[in-house]
Amino acid sequence: MTEIPVSAPAPVPADTEGQARSFWAKAWQRLRKNSLAMGSLVYLCLMVLACTFGPMLVPNSYDKIFQGYTRVPASLSAYPRPEMIGPAIEAAAGRARLDLVDWAQTGDRVTAHLQSTRGVDPRAARYFDRSDMLENSTLDPTSQTEAVLTARIERHHFLFGTDATGRDLLARTLIAGRISLSIGFLAGLVAMVIGVLYGAISGFAGGRVDQIMMRIVDVLYSLPFIFFVIMLVVFFGRNFLLMFVAVGAVLWLDMARIVRGQTLSLRRREFVAAAEALGVSWFQILFRHIVPNLLGPVIVFMTLLVPNVIILESFLSYLGFGVQEPMSSWGILIAQGARAMPSAIWMLIFPSLFLTSTLFALNFLGDGLRDALDPRDA
Amino acid sequence: MLRYAFWRMMTAVPTLFVVVTLSFFMIRIAPGGPFDQERALDPVIRANLERTYHLDLPLVQQYGIYLKNLLHGDLGPSFTMPEFSVAELLHAGLPVSIRIGGLALLLALILGGAMGVIAALYRDGWADRAVVGFATAGSTIPTFVVAPLFQLVFALGLNWLPVGGWNDGAFHNLIGPVICLMLPQLAVVARLMRSSMIEALHTHHIRTARAMGLSEAAVVGRHALRSALLPVVSYAGPAAAALMTGSVVVETVFSIPGIGRYFVDAALNRDYTVVMGAVVVLAVFTILFNLIVDIAYTLVDPRVRYD
Amino acid sequence: MTADHHTPLLSVEALSVHYATDGGETCAVRDVSFRIEPGETVAIVGESGSGKSQSMIAAMGLLPHNGRATGRIAFRGDDLLRLNPQALRTLRGAEISMIFQEPMTSLDPLYRIGEQIMEPILRHRRVGRRAARARALEMLRQVHMPDPERQMRAYPHELSGGQRQRVMIAMALANNPSLLIADEPTTALDVTIQAEIIALIAELQRKNGMGVIFITHDLGLVRHIADRVYVMHRGEVVETGTVGAIFERPQHPYTRALLDAAPRGRKIPVAADAEPLLTARGLRVSFSTGRRRIEVLHGLDLTVRQGETLGIVGESGSGKSTLARAILRLVDAEGEISFEGQRLDGLSPRALRPFRSRIQVVFQDPFGALSPHMTAGQIVTEGLRVHRPAQSARDRDEQAVLALREVGLPPETRHRYIHEFSGGQRQRIAIARALILKPRLLILDEPTSALDRMVQKQVIDLLRDLQQRHGMSYVFVSHDLAAVRAVADRVLVMKDGTLVEEGPVDQVLSAPDAAYTRALIAAAFMDVA
Repeated sequence: MTEIPVSAPAPVPADTEGQARSFWAKAWQRLRKNSLAMGSLVYLCLMVLACTFGPMLVPNSYDKIFQGYTRVPASLSAYPRPEMIGPAIEAAAGRARLDLVDWAQTGDRVTAHLQSTRGVDPRAARYFDRSDMLENSTLDPTSQTEAVLTARIERHHFLFGTDATGRDLLARTLIAGRISLSIGFLAGLVAMVIGVLYGAISGFAGGRVDQIMMRIVDVLYSLPFIFFVIMLVVFFGRNFLLMFVAVGAVLWLDMARIVRGQTLSLRRREFVAAAEALGVSWFQILFRHIVPNLLGPVIVFMTLLVPNVIILESFLSYLGFGVQEPMSSWGILIAQGARAMPSAIWMLIFPSLFLTSTLFALNFLGDGLRDALDPRDA
Repeated sequence: MLRYAFWRMMTAVPTLFVVVTLSFFMIRIAPGGPFDQERALDPVIRANLERTYHLDLPLVQQYGIYLKNLLHGDLGPSFTMPEFSVAELLHAGLPVSIRIGGLALLLALILGGAMGVIAALYRDGWADRAVVGFATAGSTIPTFVVAPLFQLVFALGLNWLPVGGWNDGAFHNLIGPVICLMLPQLAVVARLMRSSMIEALHTHHIRTARAMGLSEAAVVGRHALRSALLPVVSYAGPAAAALMTGSVVVETVFSIPGIGRYFVDAALNRDYTVVMGAVVVLAVFTILFNLIVDIAYTLVDPRVRYD
Repeated sequence: MTADHHTPLLSVEALSVHYATDGGETCAVRDVSFRIEPGETVAIVGESGSGKSQSMIAAMGLLPHNGRATGRIAFRGDDLLRLNPQALRTLRGAEISMIFQEPMTSLDPLYRIGEQIMEPILRHRRVGRRAARARALEMLRQVHMPDPERQMRAYPHELSGGQRQRVMIAMALANNPSLLIADEPTTALDVTIQAEIIALIAELQRKNGMGVIFITHDLGLVRHIADRVYVMHRGEVVETGTVGAIFERPQHPYTRALLDAAPRGRKIPVAADAEPLLTARGLRVSFSTGRRRIEVLHGLDLTVRQGETLGIVGESGSGKSTLARAILRLVDAEGEISFEGQRLDGLSPRALRPFRSRIQVVFQDPFGALSPHMTAGQIVTEGLRVHRPAQSARDRDEQAVLALREVGLPPETRHRYIHEFSGGQRQRIAIARALILKPRLLILDEPTSALDRMVQKQVIDLLRDLQQRHGMSYVFVSHDLAAVRAVADRVLVMKDGTLVEEGPVDQVLSAPDAAYTRALIAAAFMDVA
């Protein structure tokens, strides 16, 4: 019988790029096509940069209290506003036990006439410097009971306004983002490490060990979740470092379940049996065959985990279990904003905007990664 | 079925025991106590108080006393609100939480279910996009952001609703808390329903039903919907337990006297008995609703049999 | 075709089916035409991906939302593609019925059997529930369902695959359709059940006088029931004719290849005095599920001699794959295993390692047996890393090239990732991975079952060729008797974890002792009337 043409081996697929592409290269390529996910990735990078370096770059420190500017609204123009200067001078004069006769403003400078029946001490100028609106004050006595104050107007920008104690909300939102994001990522990492180790061991060991380990997870699941976290936080104290351990230690349960399920099913796959038949040691099988295949689901779950951690951290902070003043986190700022309603809406709006936009970006990135790493429909 | 329910109840006892034990020791190991206030109490008064509440005994003995009382249904007195017993606090707060949580869950299941089905039937259409967008927003924006914003818009801005308060559960007072509690659940249910409906519509038995010329209503309603309900049913159990045992955020924002708030205040003040009471209630609810879900599951899916 | 006045039952003219995918539109069916007369049985034969099912799914209006059909599908003159959905629904299940490949999932798991058969009856006939129930019961009797009264109240999961397919047939025929489309109705079933279902369809076709379109990948299957055959390849009809003409005078090379696809030839027998290579005595395997232990292998003995191929046949669930894994010590087994005179049972994984290079394995599923994320070269050389750790990377690479060449793959494929290969190519890589260690014994666990008929033949030819070149012994596990006949010296028939029959392959397959073996052979070679 002659060789039939159709029975020749099918041609090896020619690669369009001219080189073989690994699973990860293809996943990255798919992700790059997803503009929403890529946009979210860029946004998240910007957010991380802003929260890391922003607090150093913004003019006001997050913990500096401007007594003259409690709850001032967000504004693009500089403070103080003209109508705020008079009362400020009057208040400072009052503290210095002086009476304000009149005052005038020329450009950045103010001059004021003050008087006191007890005489004017030039050192009283410090009372005016202490107000957040004036600087370089000098008090020149013109007679026994009168003096002329000259001072520069201190300009401050509060792009996001200030909070109830007069701290710059922009600086606070950024520093809070630093806390929220780092707790999110670190606690996510803690949860991932515990979850992956626990799940992989349970799934890989199988049998009785697996049953016992999963039973423990079941019991931990039935523990009232929020209570558990609150107890941990109470137990550990309000400590930033321990806070994320507490959050991470609770959220590892889902990760452990997912990893265990994946490991179990990977173990049953024939390529693991083939490796075993080749004499590959269990350790090598774990690292050459199981772990690389676990990476995809773990990464996808991480993108779900991180927003969950951030929400949980914000929630705990909202309840008052979080980091302590003057440190802050988005949850704390939102709680303060909610309390300041309706007079200081910006205190609620800006932290909420930062938190939700970050959560949205993480979600979109997670969806994009899921599609890129698990192309079931393709 | 009855035997199964009984067996499940029996296996719930050890779980409950573990939960109670773990919680008891964890809260006790935590530093601080109910009588550590800003100003130190007189040592004699403090000793008296501790004796009354058995706090002077070794921890294991306290635990024994607590377990014994618990078996008799006695949850003990509140430490920080001595005029109330824990049972009284729960009796006051629980109906409020159940009412809000139950309403929120019911609405979430009905509305979310309908949204999910519509999205799945008109997949990739505008209705689907709207539902998916809504579900993403609903599950992304935390309640503690939604609730104050809701208040800002509907109570303070438009003046349609009261800012808060319970007012014996008057309709106007219910709207805000129920909606805020419902939104994230609605999002989850809609998303779950959509994906399980899409999956159900792709099964082979739906193709069979179509191939037999059944009407679209029968295909969707009788065959697809019933399979698609299963994941939603299993979600509803834990969700019901979580919702009906009180939401701290919603109860705080809307000033509602549910048990969620008691619980958090108690944890902050180390009011041991109140915390334990809340834990027991939450655990019992979780076990109960999981049981109900399992039984509901057997009614929908004949493949699941508990004998 | 002459232009006479009769209308065929169904005529398909210039049908094309396109799918919209991420990478643009793909064509599943291209410009296909065929017809079927009332009472006729027509087979559409082709391999997976040939578009044979797509044309019929288009005719039923069941294409998924990204599918689009053009052309004309006329049922008694009415174009189904232009019919409104309502009118199409009144035809489906009443005039045209369809049964599917997947009996396990084609019934709704949540409703009772009776209920599901009654549904299309109530939908298409003006009868009450009582009459519908009676009709459903009658249909269950017609499809020879045992104890039909009781099965009416059963749920699908309580039935076997074959029984479920009977229910599907009962459902499809309940309204006496004039056309039945059977889409691979037996592919998912065991061979003995396959034969029964085909006989049933043939019987009901005669009784009801309906037209039957039988879609299958197995040309041999339709020889006894089809009047005419259409052969489809890559979305096009490449040949058509009566069964007799197709089988006797195939014109198109593809048809010839399909007919020839059943592996032919015999293995050159081994010398009678060949030394035993592997012996196993009293192999028992049990698995624990929860509290119970279930024994799946009840004490099996076997011997494989140098250069010999031992075939192991049996239906799914017979324990033949478990036996293969027990020999490889991939599952825990009781009993003795000796290889080249040395005992393997009881050896620790470490002590077992030197033997691993001499006993190798090729699994059934070419998609599951190779690690994704790895290149062909990495997969092929994995064994070398274990057994020749001192070898340089360059030597390894050279050996990979040799091994790939030996299985008929060009050397540059070693840099490609596994997802870029077809099923047959993957199976070649799996064989190369085993070969590179120069094993004495190769365990082949259904190595061809997941492959298309044509590729199967190539892989079997390759295996025979390699055996001759290297003098290896094979244990060839398969449910495919034709494949076993082509490669084995001796054969072992298994059922429910026990040995049914053992002997030289020609003797067992031509003159079987056991009734079970006879049934298996009858079904496999379609000697049923």
